[in-house]
Amino acid sequence: MLQIPRWQSVLIGLVVLAGLLFAAPNLLSEKAAQSLPDWLPKKQINLGLDLQGGSYLLLEVQTDAVIEDQLNTLVEDTRIKLRENGIGYRNLGIGDDGNAVTFTLRDPAQGDKAERVLGEIGQEVRVSVDGSGAGRLGLTASARDQRINQALQQSIEIVRRRIDETGVREPTIQRQGDRRIVVQLPGINNPERMKDILGKTARLTFRLVDEGVSPGSRDIPPGSEVLPSDDTGENGRPVRRYVVRKRIMVSGENLTDAQPTFQQGSPVVSFSFDTVGARRFGQATQENVGRPFAIVLDGKVISAPVIREPILGGNGVITGNFTTQEARDLALLLRAGALPAPLKILEERTVGPGLGADSVRAGELASILALIAVVAFMGAVYGLFGVLANVALIGNLILILAALSVLQATLTLPGIAGIVLTLGMAVDANVLIFERIREETQNQRGPVSAIDSGYRNALSTIFDANVTTLIAAVLLYYFGSGPVKGFAVTLAIGIVTSMFTAIMVTRQMIVLWVRRRRPQSLPLMAGE
Amino acid sequence: MALISRVPVRPNFEILGKRRMTLAFSAGLFLVSVLLAAVVGLNLGVDFRGGILMEVETEAETADIGNFRSTLNDLDLGEVTIQRFGEPNRLLINIQEQEGGAKAQQAAIETVKQTLDDRVSSYRRTEFVGPKVGEELKRAGMMATGLALLAMAAYIWLRFEWQFALAGLIALIHDVVATIGFFSLTQLEFTLGSVAAVLTIAGYSINDTVVIFDRVRESMRRYKRKAMPELLNIAVNGTLMRTALTSATTLIALFALAIFGGAVIRSFTWALIFGVALGTYSSVGLAVPLLMYFGVKPTQLLAEQESDKQAAERATGGAS
Repeated sequence: MLQIPRWQSVLIGLVVLAGLLFAAPNLLSEKAAQSLPDWLPKKQINLGLDLQGGSYLLLEVQTDAVIEDQLNTLVEDTRIKLRENGIGYRNLGIGDDGNAVTFTLRDPAQGDKAERVLGEIGQEVRVSVDGSGAGRLGLTASARDQRINQALQQSIEIVRRRIDETGVREPTIQRQGDRRIVVQLPGINNPERMKDILGKTARLTFRLVDEGVSPGSRDIPPGSEVLPSDDTGENGRPVRRYVVRKRIMVSGENLTDAQPTFQQGSPVVSFSFDTVGARRFGQATQENVGRPFAIVLDGKVISAPVIREPILGGNGVITGNFTTQEARDLALLLRAGALPAPLKILEERTVGPGLGADSVRAGELASILALIAVVAFMGAVYGLFGVLANVALIGNLILILAALSVLQATLTLPGIAGIVLTLGMAVDANVLIFERIREETQNQRGPVSAIDSGYRNALSTIFDANVTTLIAAVLLYYFGSGPVKGFAVTLAIGIVTSMFTAIMVTRQMIVLWVRRRRPQSLPLMAGE
Repeated sequence: MALISRVPVRPNFEILGKRRMTLAFSAGLFLVSVLLAAVVGLNLGVDFRGGILMEVETEAETADIGNFRSTLNDLDLGEVTIQRFGEPNRLLINIQEQEGGAKAQQAAIETVKQTLDDRVSSYRRTEFVGPKVGEELKRAGMMATGLALLAMAAYIWLRFEWQFALAGLIALIHDVVATIGFFSLTQLEFTLGSVAAVLTIAGYSINDTVVIFDRVRESMRRYKRKAMPELLNIAVNGTLMRTALTSATTLIALFALAIFGGAVIRSFTWALIFGVALGTYSSVGLAVPLLMYFGVKPTQLLAEQESDKQAAERATGGAS
C-alpha cells in the first residue's frame, strides 16, 4: 500500500493541478475571466436563479384546445365527405366526451358506405358506424400524440421567439414531459410583462363585421358570432360587443412584419402581409369598401375600422386604444407568431436581485466559517495528520468548484448547503483511516505497517458508506426540481471528490512524510 | 500535541447492555412523531400546498405586521399568513390557493403588489405553485424518499446479510418519521428543501450505520466464540471515536450554515442538525441492538466466510 507507483503519484498531482486550473476562473470577475487567453479554462460556475435573481416559469400547453381544433377541422371534412357522397346525416358535431366527431346517419343501411368514404379522410382517423346509424370518427392514439407533440414543439419555438424579441439575456427554454415548458429568465425580477406576453395565444384574424344584426339579437346567423371588445371599462367588462363573420379574410399567419409606430400621436401597430395575404386582403377590401371589418385577437375585437378604400399594397396599421407598451407588445406578438394552443402558468418562482446577492454572501460566509471551524477541529484532534486531512479538505473544495465549472452544473442555494455539508462529511474518510491506524498501532504494529493496514482495512468501509449516500443524491437529482437538483449535484460531486482527496491525496502526503522522516512512532500516538 | 492522544483509544461503554432503554426510547420517539404528524400535522409550504408566497422588504425599518395583515385581509384572498423573516423589515406572506385557476392566481399577485406598493421597497421573491404541481411535487417527494430507503437497504443486503438490511431499514424509517415529527413539532415550513433534508439525513444515518455494521461483521469473524452482545459492544466501541468525530465535524459545518447561511435555508439546516444527531444515535442505539433480535450469529457468517473470501480475492485480483 505504501509503495505508490510513480504513474499514480503523477496522476494524483495532475488531477489536483487540473482542479486548481479549472477552479481559478471563479476567483475573477466575469469580465476578467472572459478576457483570459483561450488556452486557459475560463468557465465560471453557473449560478442558479435563486442566487443570481430571475424568474422561473412552468408552462403547460393546453392540449385539449389542440385536439378540439383538430376535431373542428374533422367536422368540416366529415360534412363535405358525406355530402359529396349523398349520405344523409344529422347531429354532426364534437361528441360529449370531446374526443371524437359524432353524427347519426338518416339511413342506417348506409353505414358501410359512410365508413368507407370517411376512411378516405386520412390514415390518422378511425371511423365506426353502428347498426343504428350512430357514427364516431376520432383520431388514432398515435395521431393524437403526434398532434400534441407538434403543438409542444411549435409552442417552444414561439415562446423562444417571443422571449428573444424582448431582449432577455441568456434565457433557458426547455421541454419538460409531454406537455410542459420550463422557462428560466435570469435577471427578470418583475415577470408580469413576460407572463402577459407568454399568456397570449396571439391568434390574429381580419374578418368582416356582420352589420345585419345587433349583438343583443337572439338570431345570430350560423356564419357569425358575437365577440367582446378588447377594451374594458372601469368595471373590467368589455365596453361593447360586435357581431363578426366567422369567415376569415386573412389571418396573422400571413404577416411578415409588425412594428409599433405612431399615427396622429397615438400608438398603433403597422404590419405587412406576405404575397398571399396581400392578395387576399386587397381583394376583400376591394369588395367591401365602406363596410367595417374587425381585427380580432384571441377572440377579442381590438378595433373595427371602416374600409375607406381598397388596401392593395399589403401594408396596414392596427389602431386601437393602445398605450405605447401595449402597441410594442402587440407588434412583438405578431412578429413572433401565434401559439398553437393557449399556455397556462402552473408554477412561478421569482427571486429579486437583493435576495440572490444576500444568499451568495451568506453562503460564502457560511462556507468559509465552516471550513475554518472544521480545519481547526481536525488540527486540534489529530495534530500533523489533521493538517494533512485539512490539506485534502481544501483540495476537495477546489475539486468541487472545478467540477461545477467544467460540468457547467448550476449552483443553487441548497447547492451551497450541500458543499458546506460535504465539508463536514468529507473528513469522515480520513477519520476512519486515522482511527484505524491508531488501532493498528495499538496492536503493536510499526508505523509503516500500521498505516498500510489502516488504509487497507478502512477502504471497503469508506466505499460502502459513500455509496449509500450517493444513492440518496442520485434519487434526489432524479425526483427533485430546480434548487433541490442543485443540492443533489453538489452532494454527489462532493462525495466523489472527497473519496479521491481523502484517500489518494492524504495517502500520497503521508507516504512522502514517512519516507523522509522514517518515524519510529506516529504523531497520532504522541501521548503514549 | 494532538488532542486525540488524551482520548482513550478503545472506549469501552456498555452500550448493548442499555439496549432496552435505547429501544424503548426509539419506540417512544417513533410513536410521538407519528402522533405529532397525525394530530398537529406538517406546516406544508407553498411547494406542496399550492398558493402564493412573497418575501417583501418594507419601507418602514420595522414592519408593522398587524397593519399588513389587516390590509391583505381586506382584499378577500382567503387565508393569508404573515410572519417576520430574518430581519425586522422583512416579511413572508403566504396566500392560499385562489379559486378560478391560473389566471386568478396571477390576478391575486398583481392585486397584492398594487395594494402594497407604497409600503414595500422590494419584492425579494414571489412564488406561485398551482395545485396540480403541488400534488405532483408531493408525490415525487414521497417516491424519492421511499425509493431511497429501499435502494439503501438493498445495497446493504447485497453487501451484508438480510438481517443487516432489515435493521438498517428500520433505523432509516425511524429517522425519517422522527424528522417528520420534528417538523410537525416545530412547525418549520415543510418545503422541497425539507424533502432534500430528509433524504440527506437518511444518507448520513445509513452512512453511519454501514460503518458500524462493517465493524460488526469484522468482529464476528475475528471473535467467533464470543456472545453477540459482547461482540456488538466491541464493534460499537471500536467505531465510537469515528462516529463522534464525524458527527462533530458535520455538526460544526451545519451550525456555521444555520447561523450565517441566511434565512432562506435556515429551516433546512436546523432539520439537518436534528437529523445528523438523530442519525448518529439511531445507528448505535437502534440499528445495532436490532441485529441481536434478528438472530445474527457468528457461526452463520462462518459458512459464508469461505465463499466470501474467494470473492474478495477474485475482486482484488481483478483490480491489481
